[in-house]
Amino acid sequence: MTKITLVAFDGTRFDVDAENGSTVMENAIRNSVPGIEAECGGACACATCHVYVDEKWAEAVGAPEAMEEDMLDFAFDVRPTSRLSCQIKVRDELDGLVVHVPERQA
Amino acid sequence: MSTPIETDVVIIGAGPVGLFAVFELGLYDLKCHLIDILDRPGGQCAELYPEKPIYDIPAWPEISGQALTDKLLEQIAPFSPEFHFNRMVTGFRKLDNGRFEVETDEGELFHAHAVVIAAGGGSFQPKRPPVPGIEAYEGKSVFYSVRRMEEFRDKDLLIVGGGDSALDWTLNLQPVAKSVTLVHRRAEFRAAPDSVKKMFAMRDEGKIRFEVGQVTGLKGEDGQLEGATIKGPDGEVEVACNRMLPFFGLTMKLGPIADWGLNQHENLIAVDTEKFETSIPGVFAIGDINWYPGKLKLILSGFHEAALMTQAVKRLAHPGEKMVFQYTTSSTSLQKKLGVQ
Repeated sequence: MTKITLVAFDGTRFDVDAENGSTVMENAIRNSVPGIEAECGGACACATCHVYVDEKWAEAVGAPEAMEEDMLDFAFDVRPTSRLSCQIKVRDELDGLVVHVPERQA
Repeated sequence: MSTPIETDVVIIGAGPVGLFAVFELGLYDLKCHLIDILDRPGGQCAELYPEKPIYDIPAWPEISGQALTDKLLEQIAPFSPEFHFNRMVTGFRKLDNGRFEVETDEGELFHAHAVVIAAGGGSFQPKRPPVPGIEAYEGKSVFYSVRRMEEFRDKDLLIVGGGDSALDWTLNLQPVAKSVTLVHRRAEFRAAPDSVKKMFAMRDEGKIRFEVGQVTGLKGEDGQLEGATIKGPDGEVEVACNRMLPFFGLTMKLGPIADWGLNQHENLIAVDTEKFETSIPGVFAIGDINWYPGKLKLILSGFHEAALMTQAVKRLAHPGEKMVFQYTTSSTSLQKKLGVQ
């Protein structure tokens, strides 16, 4: 298990034991983290699971691929560390990962 | 008002479940008209993930959203369903003769024994960009689609987005408008590479302006846009404009159906599990749009719901007639309808 933390827009922290190979979005939904909608169910087709990766973790998580970058055009208030949480797979190197949920999804 | 189209069943939504409902209803000689806000059949399968494989359609280990749509269209072809695309259902009422009237935003009227709502996540509608106060300008100087190009003649136009709609309208409206400014979050585009090339060529010739950034503010009185603030990597710039066209993709909303007075459960339509009928008898809801205890949003659940709904609609359309349940494998009358006899 890998520990990840999702911080809701109101500051509430959700510390989650995540299975390697699962996506950050799946863990958010499973733990009812407010503000993650995931309308399309993880198909990288809707931009409603948008998160900001914490600055300290941006490099480890990496940059989005072209398709995700395209989908981010539809997201609300996109910033340099913006990612779609359905495209971030949990792995050992991400133990301790922190992501922040934006004010709202598009 | 046009002359009403008389039919047996009106299906709202031409996604996989709406399409399969045509098959089930067709086996009982019930003629269907389908209304969809998109410009083609397939719903989310065609709009959101045409190329993505689906793995849980029985007997199809793997099938794409588009292929599933194509197969369903092939399967229902014998029943000659009639499609009405690019339309939103706006009006709904029960007629004195017990039938229903459904109206679209194009003014067409449909009269039917039953209404089947197979609208999935709701109707696809343009997404509103996250600009404070934009609502005040909508329909006056901010538009989400171009109905007539003439409306933009001699205007200072701000187009926002990086997909085909944004690029196509930049290219097409440039000769008509007084000025065109295109704004996109980044210098890469989802749009067809050829359009992007043409757009950059126009910019280099000084015919249009292109800004990298996001629109953060609008100004102007009484819904009449006068300018926009664009926040880019090098800070904020002001662009003078009196028309704005944002193209931020589509989102799904229940839309006017929410006002029909149907019992709802968290924006979904509550139904029973025998007939998948709503709180208004004669109005059914199948697929992702409905809710009942244990509901799973799967295409295969929608198919099952379509079959059971059909039994109820048949009784409604032809009351008193004996129901004979038949299999397509052995019934000659069903096979005749399918055109295989």
